[in-house]
Amino acid sequence: MTDQLAGPAPATTTARGRRLPRLVVGGRDLTVQAAFVTLIVLLVATAALTSDVFLTPANLTNLLKQMVTTGLLAFGMLVVILTGGIDLSVGSVVAFSGIVTAGLVAGLPIPLAMAVGVATGIGFGLVNGVLVARFGLAPFVVTLAALTTIRGLAFVYSEVPIAPEDPAFFTLGSALAGPIPVSTLIMLAVFLAGGIFLTRTPAGRSIVAIGGNAETVRLAGINVRRHVALAYTISGACAGLAGVILASRVGIAQPSVGVAFELDAIAACVIGGASLAGGRGSTRATFGGVLVLVLINNLLNLYGVQSFWQQVLKGLIIIAVILVQRTNRVRT
Amino acid sequence: MILELRGVRKDYAGVQVLHGVDLVGRRGEVLAVVGANGAGKSTLIKILAGAQPMSEGEMRMDGERVEMRSPHDAHARGIRTVYQEMSLVPGLSVTENLLMGGFPRRRGGLIDWPAAHARARELLESIGFGAIDPRTIAGRLSVARQQMVEIAKALVDEPRVLVLDEPSAVLAGTDLEALFALIRRLRDRGVLVVYVSHRLAEVLELADSIVVIKDGRVIGSTEPSRTSENELIGLMAGRRLEQIYPARRADRGEPALHVSGLSRGGEFEDVSFTLHAGEIVGLFGLVGSGRSELALCVFGAEPASAGEVRVAGGPGGFRTPGQAIAAGLALVTEDRKGSGLVLGMTVADNIMLATLRATTRGPLIDFGRRRRKVAEMVERLDIRPAHCASMTTLHLSGGNQQKAVLAKWLLTGPRVLILDEPTRGVDMATRVEIYRMIDDLAREGLSVLLISSDLTEVLGATDRVLVMNQGRITGEARSDAVTEDEVLTYAIGRTA
Repeated sequence: MTDQLAGPAPATTTARGRRLPRLVVGGRDLTVQAAFVTLIVLLVATAALTSDVFLTPANLTNLLKQMVTTGLLAFGMLVVILTGGIDLSVGSVVAFSGIVTAGLVAGLPIPLAMAVGVATGIGFGLVNGVLVARFGLAPFVVTLAALTTIRGLAFVYSEVPIAPEDPAFFTLGSALAGPIPVSTLIMLAVFLAGGIFLTRTPAGRSIVAIGGNAETVRLAGINVRRHVALAYTISGACAGLAGVILASRVGIAQPSVGVAFELDAIAACVIGGASLAGGRGSTRATFGGVLVLVLINNLLNLYGVQSFWQQVLKGLIIIAVILVQRTNRVRT
Repeated sequence: MILELRGVRKDYAGVQVLHGVDLVGRRGEVLAVVGANGAGKSTLIKILAGAQPMSEGEMRMDGERVEMRSPHDAHARGIRTVYQEMSLVPGLSVTENLLMGGFPRRRGGLIDWPAAHARARELLESIGFGAIDPRTIAGRLSVARQQMVEIAKALVDEPRVLVLDEPSAVLAGTDLEALFALIRRLRDRGVLVVYVSHRLAEVLELADSIVVIKDGRVIGSTEPSRTSENELIGLMAGRRLEQIYPARRADRGEPALHVSGLSRGGEFEDVSFTLHAGEIVGLFGLVGSGRSELALCVFGAEPASAGEVRVAGGPGGFRTPGQAIAAGLALVTEDRKGSGLVLGMTVADNIMLATLRATTRGPLIDFGRRRRKVAEMVERLDIRPAHCASMTTLHLSGGNQQKAVLAKWLLTGPRVLILDEPTRGVDMATRVEIYRMIDDLAREGLSVLLISSDLTEVLGATDRVLVMNQGRITGEARSDAVTEDEVLTYAIGRTA
């Protein structure tokens, strides 16, 4: 599986034309990947050396669980970003699918209620996709409208948080398989299957190609509209699943949850080198982006940094990471 | 002043494009660089312009080594480059485009517009382009005029070296003469003009010395008085070219495609023709005659308002390109970058784009089979460099990009191949290859529609020619039984 889905291979030349040392393994330039791994190792090492809490099983489990929401949303977002679009509605979908699931638990078997929750995400994604693909509306505008509409619907469904009493409701979000949370395994499975989808299936290749040049793809006999709609549907499904898992983990579904989650998802893609113009991005690097974001959050929490300062620091770190990447990309 | 390049090497992501190029240019000289597509001309230009760093080698001016890390460094050394692609801001006036680096100011810092326009006018007049009004919005000028503004912009701060990349591609007639006169004047003023072109007649007329590059190496340097067009073509291609167009024998088979009464509001009307297996049909028309629109409509990419397209013995009435492809049609559009390629994707991805499902095993693409198919096409069409499968198409030369597009369509197993201006911007040596390829395909039984605005090509490479004028087919003739004048007469619309 090639990691780089598309786009010029990274070269190691800074903006001023100076050469950086390269890491070439088996003819492939792995400098950027190596820098990424180094960053993550550094974050982990700093955390482990400076905090006695970081390496405790409780914190690590917590970390793995926190990763799930951002991870699922980031993968869905990546698929949409690859087509050259954006999905701002995912945070609201998280709230809606969570609260609907929690509400339905009273009357339906839990797996069915959860399936309905995920299905609402698929439905919203499909509507976004059809509006973008069939009617040619701007993705930013469509999903911005969806963001506020779906948030409103979540409050219409229930103004107050819903906390199901059946303990089975908590299983999906809190069960462990050995040391690892089940929800984390689900997220990893989505990334793995998603990576294969994007690199090795005709539909996945079509989605990547559409972001590169939709007209070329259309003339190659590929149904562009259907694939764009599919991308938003995938994002909606991921958001629906994330909402259900989040409600189950917290044990309570709130209509106000998930505000600005879309921003973390976009940030993870961008840190992973995805181009917001479409056509370039990778699942592995996006996963790396998720790790970076979640580690930073966890670390700042452990240090007891005030949450507003956390936001400031996160913003600065995102800029720094992207600057490093930019200097490592070939200029065309 | 002497500009020297020594042992310049360049690789993109590990693929060598330049293999040690040496080049010497002197003040007051027109130095022509010629070479086939993919020879490395564009890369060489980018290195001179500071837009790409060289991987190895050095550049010296007056014997002193210069480091070029950005276009800014090149400007500071007095090296200016005019690319084929326009760099004007289309929404701004000519004056603003020309003086972007520094406007005359009034006291208080506001721009002194009368002075700015006067300065721009003076500049345009001084280089013989006085016909251009500096107040015009750049995007409203003809492409030829825009090209002249582009050149004027490069001359604003009196460069010592001027690099021109195919400057004549969009110029004709008096504009071309104005350009040549300007180049000669610049040379006489002591500027080194590096002139990159594949129009060899121009090069022979204009240059003081000629450097031929091929496959990233300098393979010859000469002077116009000591060489000929044929010799240059031979050097560029690495062999002698006896004949540009293959000898066609009109060996036409069964009908392959019927187009009857096809119309589309405002673009073309009541177009009917039949293509036969094994036949190459030219479609000639001036720009704006509706040729490309017709091609898109036949291919199902744009809806028709009336009429029918039908593949012989098969379905018709295509409403999507997918249906047309399934029926055996393929379309190489005139705009490689805009609708032929996904530039950011690899050659392999591009070649397989129209046949994504051809290499699947179960739901997944079988990478082994895919690699073999791609390697087969790269070899068959001689796409260079030979190990380009994992290179992005962005880094291929124009001619090789065109071959990649063609490879994509050949994999669909077409019965009818529509080629819209397949040789635009392609050098003579690669053109000859493309003509030979088209001929081979026709011999294998393909039916080819060659759309072109190159009169020589449309008659030389085809069996039969259709002429289009203002959306209608106004003439049809056997290519060997008609003169260029007759075809032009049909195309312009006077009744012959």
